Amino acid sequence: MALVEVQGVSKVYRRDTVAVPVLENLDLTIEQGEFLALMGPSGSGKTTLLNLLAGLDTPSSGSIRVAGEEISQMKPRQLAAWRARHVGFIFQLYNLIPVLTALQNVELPLLLTPLKKKERREHAETALRIVGLEERMHHYPRQLSGGQEQRVGIARAIVTDPTLILADEPTGDLDSRSAEEILELLERLNREFHKTIVMVTHDPHAAERAGRTLHLEKGALLEARSVARPAPAGGSAQ
Amino acid sequence: MKIPIIYNIRSLLRRPATSLATALGVAFVVLTFIGMLALANGFRSAMVSTGRQDNVIVLRKGADAEISSGITRESAAVIRSMPGIARLPDGRPMVTADVYVVVAKPRVDGTETHMPVRGVGPEAFAVRDAVHIVAGRAFEPGRAEVIVGKGLVGRMANTQIGDKLRFGQQDFTVVGHFEADGSAFESEVWGDAETLMPVFRGPVYQTVALRLEDPTSFDAFKARVEGDPRLQVQVKRESDFYAEQSSFLGTLLRVIAYLVTGVMAVGAVFGAINTMDAMVAGRTREIALLQTLGFRRRSILASFLLEAVFLALAGGVLGCLLALPINGIQTSTTNWQSFGELAFAFRITPGILLQGLVFAAIMGFIGGLLPARRAAKMVVAVGLRRE
Amino acid sequence: MTRATLVRANLRRRLRRTILTVLGLGIALFLFVTLRTFLHTLQTVGDVGSESRLIVSNRLGIVFPLPLAYRARLAAQEGVHTVSYASWFGGIYQDPRNFFANYAVDEGYLSLYPEIVVSDEHRAAFMADRTGALVGIRLMERFGWTVGQTITLQGTIYPGEHRFTIRGVYQAGRRGFDESSLLFHHRYLDEIMRAQMGGEGFVGWYVLGVSDPDRAPQIAQAIDATYENSASPTRSQTEKAFNLAFVGMYGNIGFFLNAIGMAVVFAILMVSANTMAMSARERFGEIAVLKTLGFTDGAVLRLVVAESLVIAGLGLALGLGGALLLFNFAEFDLGGFVPGLAVTPGVALMAAAIALLIAAVSAAVPAWQSARLKVVDALRYVA
Repeated sequence: MALVEVQGVSKVYRRDTVAVPVLENLDLTIEQGEFLALMGPSGSGKTTLLNLLAGLDTPSSGSIRVAGEEISQMKPRQLAAWRARHVGFIFQLYNLIPVLTALQNVELPLLLTPLKKKERREHAETALRIVGLEERMHHYPRQLSGGQEQRVGIARAIVTDPTLILADEPTGDLDSRSAEEILELLERLNREFHKTIVMVTHDPHAAERAGRTLHLEKGALLEARSVARPAPAGGSAQ
Repeated sequence: MKIPIIYNIRSLLRRPATSLATALGVAFVVLTFIGMLALANGFRSAMVSTGRQDNVIVLRKGADAEISSGITRESAAVIRSMPGIARLPDGRPMVTADVYVVVAKPRVDGTETHMPVRGVGPEAFAVRDAVHIVAGRAFEPGRAEVIVGKGLVGRMANTQIGDKLRFGQQDFTVVGHFEADGSAFESEVWGDAETLMPVFRGPVYQTVALRLEDPTSFDAFKARVEGDPRLQVQVKRESDFYAEQSSFLGTLLRVIAYLVTGVMAVGAVFGAINTMDAMVAGRTREIALLQTLGFRRRSILASFLLEAVFLALAGGVLGCLLALPINGIQTSTTNWQSFGELAFAFRITPGILLQGLVFAAIMGFIGGLLPARRAAKMVVAVGLRRE
Repeated sequence: MTRATLVRANLRRRLRRTILTVLGLGIALFLFVTLRTFLHTLQTVGDVGSESRLIVSNRLGIVFPLPLAYRARLAAQEGVHTVSYASWFGGIYQDPRNFFANYAVDEGYLSLYPEIVVSDEHRAAFMADRTGALVGIRLMERFGWTVGQTITLQGTIYPGEHRFTIRGVYQAGRRGFDESSLLFHHRYLDEIMRAQMGGEGFVGWYVLGVSDPDRAPQIAQAIDATYENSASPTRSQTEKAFNLAFVGMYGNIGFFLNAIGMAVVFAILMVSANTMAMSARERFGEIAVLKTLGFTDGAVLRLVVAESLVIAGLGLALGLGGALLLFNFAEFDLGGFVPGLAVTPGVALMAAAIALLIAAVSAAVPAWQSARLKVVDALRYVA
C-alpha cells in the first residue's frame, strides 16, 4: 500500500474577491521509502503541495491520505497533533530557535511526545550523531555555519522518527559544498534508515539525488519521470 | 551630514501601535506631574494672593498663625495711632482689627472641617480691597449677620443667603456672598468684629491688618511698632505672612508631586528604552544602509536620539492636553498651619506646562541614549547580512 | 530540556528588555502599593482610636478651650471611671519646620492610655519633675535627644521660651499608635497661663475612661445635654470618631491619591503590554516554526502566558516586596508624619491582581496573534 495517496486535490486561494486556483484536480502517490523531488517554476504550486502534505494547510477539495489516515478533513488541533507524530519538516532558512542550543533545538519537537526527560535527551543526541554534529551539541545557531545549521534542522526533522520527511528548498540558501553534504545526508537517511522524503527544489542537481522527480506546472503534474536519470537538457527548467 | 527628521517621523508612524503606547506612557506621567503641580500651585497661589505687598499684618510675638495670636484692645488702639498708615478720604486710618477663629462645621458631604470665621472692622473692605460682594449685601455692624466667601458656598452646609449659621449660643444670618480673587479670604465667613468677639474668645483680637502709606517704609514701620514698649507684637508684610502660611502643605504637595512622578518617570524611561531598542533592532538594515551611504555614526546617534525625544515630546504634548481640563477644578482641604478649611482650584500655568514638556523631553533623551548608541555602534556588514 | 527551558531562554533573549520591563513593573507596583497604603492608613486612623475613651471638646471647635470646672461634673457622670484632660501647646523646636505634637496632660492621662508604654523608672522620674517631659522614641531619634537633656520650645500660643527636661521615653504598645509626641505636665502649663494671662482654669479637651464601651453614646449624649446652654457647650465622641473627624478634614485628597494610583496602573499596563507585543512581533516566525512542529495554539499560548507570568511575578515580587520591606519591616513613616504605615493583605492582593491582569493583557496580544497566524503565510513571511 502506498504511504501517501493524493486524489483529486484542488487548492484555491482567495485574494480579496478573486479566486486564484493553485492546484487543480491533482493525483499523486508516494510509496513507503521513496525519495521524491518536486520541481517547477515559482508559483507552480509545489510549496502549496508540500504544505498540504505536511498538514499545514487543507485542500479546497479532494482527499489526502497518509499512512491510511485522511488528513484533509482534520481540525487545526488534530492536524497539530498529527504533524507532531508523522511529519519532519526541513526549512530553506533552517528556522532554528536562536536562543536554544543545537541539542535543545533538536529536542524541541520531543516536548510534544510522552518521552521522559532523559529519553528526550538521548533521542536528540542520537539524531545529532546521525547528522554528524555531536561535537557541536551545545553551540547556539549563530555559532554554526549555514550547512551546520541545516544539519541541526534535519536532526530536528528526524528526531521524532516521523512517517514523512518534507523538505522545502533545503539547499536553497547554501553554497555548493554544503548543499552537497546536505543532499548526501538526505540520501543516506533514505537509503540507510528507509525514510520517505519529499523535497521541493529549484535545483536540478539536487533533484538528481532523488529517486523520482515530478514537475509541477500551473497547478498540475505535467510529467512523471522514472528513476532513470533525466536528460541533462532537463536542467533548462530553471 | 544630518539625517532629516522626516525620516524619524515616518519611522515612528510605521509602527503606530508601539509608538502610540510609548507616547501614552509618557503622556500619563506628564499628566500626573501637571495634575499634582497644579494642585500644589493652586493651593499656594490661593494663600499667596491673599496678602498684599503694601499691607502689614500684626500678630502677637511668637504666634505662627492668626489662630494662635492675640492682640488686646489697648494694643490695637496703639497700633491704630501709629504714623505711616494710609488714610481714607475721610481721614480714617486704613486699619482693621480682626477676630479670627475656626469653627467646627459640617461640609455638605457630611464630613466635618473647621470653617474660618473672621470678625472685621469697618475699614476692612478698604484694607482688603480684593473682597467684594457678589450676591446679597454686606453685614451691618452690630447685627447678627455674616457674609460667606465664594469658596465655602455650596461646599459647607448652611451657607446660602438667608441660611442661619450658629456660633455658640447665637444664630447669624447669611446676608451675602463675596469674592476675593480666588484668595484664602474666599474660604472665610466675615462678620462684624465687635459682634463676633463676645461669641468666641472674649475681648481680644487676633490680628491687626493695615495699609501702609508708603510701601517702601515697611522696615521703618516694623521697627517702630516692634520697638514700642507697650506692645508685644511682630510685624510682617501681609504677602509674606500668607506665603509662610502655605509653606508646609505647599511644600508637602510639591515634594509628593516630584517623588511620585519621579518614580513613575523611571518606569516610563524603561519603556522608552524598550521601544527604541525594538525600533533599532527592526531597522538594522536601514542603519547599515545609512552607514554605507556615508552617514557618520554621530549623525545616526543624533538621529535616533532625536527620534526618542520627538516621541516623548509627542507624549508630553498629549499629557498637557489631557491635563488641561483639570485646570479650575475646585477642591478643598484643611490648611494645617491656619487650621482652617481652604477651598482652592487646580491651577495650571504655562510654566507648569513647560516643565511637563521639558520633563517629557528629558525622559525621551535618557530613554533614547542607550538604544541610539547601540544603533551607532552597529557594524555595517552584520546589518546588511541580517534578515 | 523542558518547556521551562524554552521560557527561560526566551526571557534571556533580550535580557535588557526583560530586566527593564521587570524593573518598570516593580516600580509601578511599588508606587501603587505605597499610594494605597498611604490612603488606607489615613482612612483607618480611627481604628487606632479606642471606643472605651470619650473625647470631650468644645463644640465650637478643637481650638476653643473648656473650663476646668467641668471636671468634677464629668467625674460624677455615671459610667465614667476616670477623667483626664490635656491641652495643645503648639511649641516650636528651633524651626517651624521641625513640627511635632506637644501637649500638656494631667496626672491621670497615662493611666487612660495603656498604649503609652514607659518603664517604671522613667515614669517615676517624669512624675517627680515639674518641668519634665515624656517623649516618643521616634521623636528622640529624630532629634538625637537623650534622657535628662533640657530642651527649649518656642511658644506660639503661649509667648516666650519654655524649658523642658526630658525625663522619660515612651514607646507605642500597639502598631500605628503615635511615637512622635512630647507630653508634659498640665500643672506646668497652668503656671505659664497664670503668669501670662492672669488666669488658669482652662483645658483643651477632656479624656474620659468609660467602663462599658456599648454605653459610650448615651454617656456622650448625657454630657452634651448638660452643657447644651452653657457658655462652653461640649461635644463628646469616642476617640475613634474624634480621630476620623480629623481625617475628614483632609477633604478629598484621598480621591486624588486614588486617581494618581489609577493613572500609574494604566501607564504600566500600556508600557508592559507594548513590550510584550513587541516581543511577540519579533518572534512571529518562530511561533510559525513551533506550530509547524506540531505545537497547538494552546501550547503556544501556555508558553507566552508562562513568559508574561514570570515577568509580572518578578515585578510583583520587587514592587510589593520593596513596599513590605520599607513599611512593614523598616517601619518607615515619613518622619512620623503618618505613623503605622503598613501594607495590608487587601492592598497586597490588589497589587497581585494588577500584576495578574498585566500578565493577562500582555499575553493576550501575542496569543491572539499566534492563534490568528496561518502557518503557511507565516512561513512565507519568514522565508
